This record gives sequence, C-alpha cells and structure tokens, in this order.
Amino acid sequence: MATLTYREAIRAALSEEIERDPNVVIMGEEVAQFNGAYKVTEGMLEKYGPKRIVDTPISEAGFIGMGIGASMLGIRPVMELMFWSFFSVAYDQIVNNAANVRYMSGGQIACPIVIRGPANGGTNVGATHSHTPENILAHHPGLKVVVPSNAADAKALMKTAIRDNDPVMFLENTLLYGIAGEVPDGDICLPFGRAHIAREGKDLTIVTYGRCVLHSLAAAEKLKADKGLDIEVVDLRTIRPLDVDTVLKSVAKTHRVLIVEEQRPFCSVGTMLAATIQEEAFDELDAPILRVGTIDAPAIYAPPVEKNFQLPNPERVIAGILKVMR
Amino acid sequence: MSKQTSAPAASSTHCALSVAVPSPHAKAPANTALNAEQKIEIYRKMVRIRRFEERCLPVYNAGKIGGFLHLYIGQEAVAVGACSLMGKDDHVITAYRDHGHAIAVGMDTKALMAELYGKVTGCSKGKGGSMHYFAPDKNYWGGHGIVGGQIPLGTGLAYAVKYQGKKGASMAFMGDGAVNQGAVHEAYNLAALWDLPVLFVIENNRYSMGTSQERSSAGELGKRAEAYGMKCYQCGGHDVYEVRATLDEALKRAREQHKPAVVEIDTYRYRGHSVADPDKTYRDRKEIEDYRNTKDPIQVFQNQLVHEKVLTPEIIEKIDADARAEAERAVEFSEASPFPTADDIQKDVYWETDQAQRTSEGRIFFNSVK
Repeated sequence: MATLTYREAIRAALSEEIERDPNVVIMGEEVAQFNGAYKVTEGMLEKYGPKRIVDTPISEAGFIGMGIGASMLGIRPVMELMFWSFFSVAYDQIVNNAANVRYMSGGQIACPIVIRGPANGGTNVGATHSHTPENILAHHPGLKVVVPSNAADAKALMKTAIRDNDPVMFLENTLLYGIAGEVPDGDICLPFGRAHIAREGKDLTIVTYGRCVLHSLAAAEKLKADKGLDIEVVDLRTIRPLDVDTVLKSVAKTHRVLIVEEQRPFCSVGTMLAATIQEEAFDELDAPILRVGTIDAPAIYAPPVEKNFQLPNPERVIAGILKVMR
Repeated sequence: MSKQTSAPAASSTHCALSVAVPSPHAKAPANTALNAEQKIEIYRKMVRIRRFEERCLPVYNAGKIGGFLHLYIGQEAVAVGACSLMGKDDHVITAYRDHGHAIAVGMDTKALMAELYGKVTGCSKGKGGSMHYFAPDKNYWGGHGIVGGQIPLGTGLAYAVKYQGKKGASMAFMGDGAVNQGAVHEAYNLAALWDLPVLFVIENNRYSMGTSQERSSAGELGKRAEAYGMKCYQCGGHDVYEVRATLDEALKRAREQHKPAVVEIDTYRYRGHSVADPDKTYRDRKEIEDYRNTKDPIQVFQNQLVHEKVLTPEIIEKIDADARAEAERAVEFSEASPFPTADDIQKDVYWETDQAQRTSEGRIFFNSVK
C-alpha cells in the first residue's frame, strides 16, 4: 500500500500500462515537454520517449479523430483533453466515430481508445472551462463513462480503461488531483460497473460519484454528529455501465434517496438514476427522490458564488438530506 | 420524386469516338506493369460498380431501400484506379458515396445489396445502410456519413501503420464539399507535422450536394495542401490510367518517405447528390451529357483496351452480361434474406457485450417499455 495523490495514481496506471503494452500511446496538448497542463504525465516523456508520449497541436477534432482511427488498427491511444470542456470541438469524432463505428460496421471494428482529462467546475474558470459532460457521453451507446472519486479507484479504473476494447471516456477532476489516498500495490484492475459503498447507513441513500462523494461523506459525518442520522453513500465509480443493483439494494435498505452530482438538473445523470429507481423500486420509497446538483445556469465566474452556491457542497447536501428526511 | 429508370451510360457494344486513344498515361510505370488480365479486372470492376448501382435505382424507387442512396456512377475510375494499387498494408476510408470503393476493394455485391435492403445478410448486418459499408478484412474502413469526419480517422490509420513500422499508406477519400470542414484541415496539419503516410484524395465532382465549387470554395481545392507544406497532385478522374499513374507516385512517396499529399481528382457524377435529388436546380442536362459523351470513365478505358487489343467485343459483351447478372443475383439474394430481429438491435454496440462473457459488471443498456 502506498499513499499517492489522485494525479500520481493516474500517472502510475499510465506508466504501468505503457510498460505492459507497446501499443499504448499517451497523446494530448502539453502532455510531453510541458509535463502536462495538470502534471498528470509529469516525467513521462523523459522516461518513455517521444514515440509513447506525444504532444499534439491544439486541435481536438483532429487528434481525437486520429486516435480513433489509429485504435481501429490496434493502437491503444490514451488521449488527454486538457479539459473535458473541450470535448465539444471533437464531439463529432467521439459520437459518430468512436461510439458508432462498431455498430455501423455490424460489429467488425473495435475502437480501444481512452479519452481522459478533468471535468469539473469550482476553479473559477468560467462557463467555457467548467463543463461536466458525463451525462452527454453516457447518452451514447458504444461509449463507457468512468468517474473516479479517489486515488485507488482512479488507478485501478484507468488500468481497466486502457485494456478495455471499447472507447472509454475517463472523467477526472482538477480539485481531486492533489488529494492523496491509499493505493494498493500491484497490477490491480477494477471492473467497470461495480459501485462502492463509501459509507454504510440505514436512514438515507446518497447516490453520487466523483468529487461529490467527498461532499456527501462530509455531510453524512456532520449529520451523524448533529442528529444521529446514518447516511449511506454509494459511489458509482462508472456511469456507463451503471451498478443499478447496488443502488436498488441500498434503496431497499434506507427507503430514501438523495442524488448528489455536479450536473445541471435537466437530463443529468441524476435524472436517469431517479427514473430508474422509481421504475424499479417504487414500493421501497418512503419519500420523493431529490437531487442536489449544479444551479441551472452557465458556470459563474465569481469565485465565492460558484463555490458556495452554484456547485454542490456539504452544506447543500445537508439541506438536501434534511428535505428528504422531512 | 419522379420515377427514374436505369439507363445504360456506357454502351457495351460500340465505342464513343469522341474519346481520344491511346491514353497519354498508358506508358506510366504503374500501367506498363499491368498484364492483360489485370487490365481486364480493372475494367470489369468499373463495369460491375456501374451495373450494381444502376440496379439499385429501381429497387430504391420501389421503396425497398430506405434513407439515402448516393450513387457513384461517373466516378468509377477513381475508386477502382486507387484501390487497384493497394498493397497489404495500405488502407482506404471514404465518405458516404462508398459503393464504388467497396466493390473496388473486393466486397461481395450480394452483401452490399443486402445492406441497402437492411437485411441481416448485409455487410453490416443491416445496421449501417448505404453510407456505412465497412470491410476491415480488406483494409476498408468505411463508409462515413458526416462530411469530412472520416479524414482524421484516415490520418489515424496512417499513424498506426507508421507506428507499427509497416510500409503502407492510407488513402482518405473525400468529396469537394469536405475541403471546407475544419476536421479536414486539422488532419492536414497533423499529417504534415508528423510525416504520416496518408493521401488525402479529393474526388472533385464539382458539386457539394447542390452547391457548385464556385459557390462553395475559394481557390483551388488541392492547392490548400501547399499551405501545410504538402505536395499537391491534380489529375483527371476519367482515365483510370491517369488515376493510377498519379496515385502510384503519391503512394510510393507516402510508403517510402512517410510523406502525406493531397490528390485532387477531377471527376463527375451523373446522378444527383442522392437519388432524392431532382438534379434540376443547379446544373443543366447538357453538362452531364457532355461529360458522358467525352469522358465516361468506362468508355474511355474500354476504348483504350480495345486499342491495346486487350478487349474484344466478345469479352466486353461477356463482362457486361456477367455484371448485370451479378447485380440481379444480388437483388435476388437480398429479397430472399431476412431482416435483423428486434433482439439484434442491441448487438454490435460494444465489443464487450458481443463476447461470450462480459468483462464489466452492472447495466450497460437502458431500456424503456418495449
């Protein structure tokens, strides 16, 4: 067991997979010489050389599309988007080519590409740089969507992503990069679609993922201390595939659900979760399912307003819990 | 839509005399290397494409083919000439006018026709349709519906070939309308920057859907290559020898020196953008007739091979009859084939779920009430 930051854990996964498989290539803007805009790939150019660690021009449609094409011939590109926010300029490549090419060819083509980078608000970079497109990506059959909340999961899920033969969208978080956690040693992969009960409880289920797991755990601890509530926190880890069974099992135990996500409410991941829970566990519910998400507007710049009001935070999660418990 | 009939474009029995023979490109190394059998095979493929597509028309008009049908008639020499140069590590990708390339790489016309019918025996099991033909076993990577979207993919094929140390190249075909798409320019830049063995082949048929080149594109299309430091080749697309001579040189340079290039090929489509295009608003019939009478690629090559004494009237007749019979068999095969089932809808979505055992857990498909 080592203590690694989330950033170091991803770097460890990338490095181990580069060493394991000669077809793995890391590509993206500033990933090589600059050592990564967020230093995820720091030191990798020096260690693995320019064939494996490749700087691209600022040209997302071009290089993401190129990576998809290369993956059809067996290369396993791990493409960094400096921010997932920039996926919009490569959207056609992702949804029409990566997601559809297998289907349109009647299953003749596999597309083992990973597209990774941070997708989060909370860093005062305004509306263009704060998108969280996991709902949009998961909307497209053919894509897999991964949203790790901690260092150990980030490493193990990244290794799975690189070995996966389908296109995997891997959404990280700049506010998690510096957070350290215990990471098991060795060649450990975590299967997609296996949620983690981050905290056990009996009074209410929070379904969440990514950095919102941290907010949810903080809220749960506070309400345990203040009101003696036992909140269960389910960390989804992946959005597609989705561990519906673990969610429903928890709902059957607590009968109350709050969904916490860094998503605007309209057609969010939480929308899908709420629909699924009411379809499949209606009789288990003692209260309406509520959601705590991003306030429905483009990401505001004003730093304290974004942090304290627009995005989910422990205070808003507590308010949400109390509303469901009412 | 008015009923369209299948009119033979090139006569199988007489030569249109307005076409000059011999071809000035007959002596190019790529063409002197061909034996008579190989020349006949090139001719046969062009005729097979045309007869196949002509047979598609009444099927489409009978409502048996859904969606769009973009016919390649008039452009046959481009795909056949290009694909006849492919080695085992060369790859091809194109846009939605993809039937010609499919036949040129050797796909089975029964599976192609069945795909148009949406039948499970189609080359994509009825999941792709006219615009989405693929044969990765023949290094044919589609068949893509979004204008210009396939060009970064073709660049990626070249990246993979080079990365894996193979001596091959990728030919990424596009129409003249695609040159204004940003993804194409991004691909140009990457290919030139990284010396990728890719040829960007512009099949310039003069119209991006119903908008003429003059009304859509500034400057000479191929010359845009020069801004990226790439070589630009320009040639006619009516003489398959010229297509071969030009692409042979460009391909050798790509394979041996990893040099990308843009190849602009002047060609022409006789039919509308798709069969649904009434083709009356943006060009006059005379333009089509003039091209057909002077530059029809099948007639041009037929004349050439008659001149070379490779083709005789008997062989010409047999090739044509065989091509018509083959198209007819493709229709019969398609008619007799079943559609995919409702259960097939969610197959071929993920590699993982097509295997006997899944690698992930949890729910991967999400269904409403069926």
